[in-house]
Amino acid sequence: MNVVKFSGDVSCPVTPHLNSGCGFPAPNAEIFFLEPYTTLHVGSMEFVIGKTSILAALVAIIVATFFLAASRPRKMVPGKLQSLGEQAYLFVRDQIAREVIGKDGDRFVPFLGSIFFFVWISNLMGVIPGAQFPIMSSLAFPVSLTLMVYATYMFIGMKHQGPIKFFTSAMFPPGVPKAMYVLLAPLELLQLVVTRPVTQAIRLFANMFAGHLLLTTFTLAAYYLLSPSIIGVLGSVTSFGVTVVLTGFEMFIQGLQAFIFTLLTAVYIGGSLHAEH
Amino acid sequence: MFNIIAAESEVNILRLPLDELIIGTLAFAIVFFALAKFAFPAISKTLEDRADAIEGGLARAENSQAEAAAMLEQYRAQLADARGEAANIRAEAQAEKTAMIESARGEAAAAAASVTERAQAQIEAERSQAMSSLRRDVSELALTLASKVVGESLTDDARARASVDRFIADLEVEAAK
Repeated sequence: MNVVKFSGDVSCPVTPHLNSGCGFPAPNAEIFFLEPYTTLHVGSMEFVIGKTSILAALVAIIVATFFLAASRPRKMVPGKLQSLGEQAYLFVRDQIAREVIGKDGDRFVPFLGSIFFFVWISNLMGVIPGAQFPIMSSLAFPVSLTLMVYATYMFIGMKHQGPIKFFTSAMFPPGVPKAMYVLLAPLELLQLVVTRPVTQAIRLFANMFAGHLLLTTFTLAAYYLLSPSIIGVLGSVTSFGVTVVLTGFEMFIQGLQAFIFTLLTAVYIGGSLHAEH
Repeated sequence: MFNIIAAESEVNILRLPLDELIIGTLAFAIVFFALAKFAFPAISKTLEDRADAIEGGLARAENSQAEAAAMLEQYRAQLADARGEAANIRAEAQAEKTAMIESARGEAAAAAASVTERAQAQIEAERSQAMSSLRRDVSELALTLASKVVGESLTDDARARASVDRFIADLEVEAAK
């Protein structure tokens, strides 16, 4: 169970029950700051090794191992594993890369595929029993991904359109009355340089954060309200039911957010490759 | 009684610890390396190979179909040739048969003609033989009769015989009239 500190009341357990007289331990932001297992020193850097970083390493190993194993058989008539790997690859290539960027999107399939499956499995950790912590609810992880995405499309844009033209083509979109550029140009520049990466990172972070908070609240309530009274049973059963429904809903959100994050990456890369409209 | 804990805690959900940024980047780098370097090129190659194999299979099937069609055409041509040849042979045989029948008929006719001729000649010979024998008998009878009438033998008389012959020839001339 996640660490839920009860400020003030030391006599209350981490997960109290209604009968103990303690208040409902409504989860707050503290549930996202888990006790580290250990710290690792590399040079002057200090790495906090906790659940989040171990899960992140686990996700990397799972995704890498799955695709290495799935790409190994290379049979003309694929087995289940190979078929699954091919479908995953084709999903990223056909539904994201080719759909958004076009034919020259094929060379970004490895990048987009890595993002999609890394984010998706990281999110999935929020509902997998034993893990039950979405890595992307720690802002640093979405930010580290977004920084790479940002660097990628900035570099591509400046390389394909020229270092100045990349910015001016975004700031002065064609088909707009000249006077509007006074208003539009700064907004477009802000959009390209600041808004895009910030919103991309925060959208993913906030979704996973909120989902985890909701799930934790109803899970704790199911236990807190469990008592041999009508109200207790009804409240507990209702909370448990809500938890089950929310878990299903959360899994949908996890996939959707991974897809949106990847789709936006593809849109930004596509915009960098070809000047807007 | 529900003691809702306010966000009085000092945690900042928007903090960005450098170690987590590095761990996140490294974790992604592992995935990207594995996928970009090994997995995705292999999968892409496999998919291409499969597409090639399927297209190759289709091309092969088309080839064999064309081959089969060509062979069928060839067989048809051969069959038509054979039929023509058979018709020729039949026509030849018919002609030969007709010729054979014709020649056999001619031969038979010739043979029949020669048989008739021979028979006619034989009849003629027998008739003349019978005639001469009859003539001799008649002349002898006539002589005998005349000797009886005259009372002397005229049998060996050459003159008598000649007159009888003359008589018979006259008779014959009379008969021919």
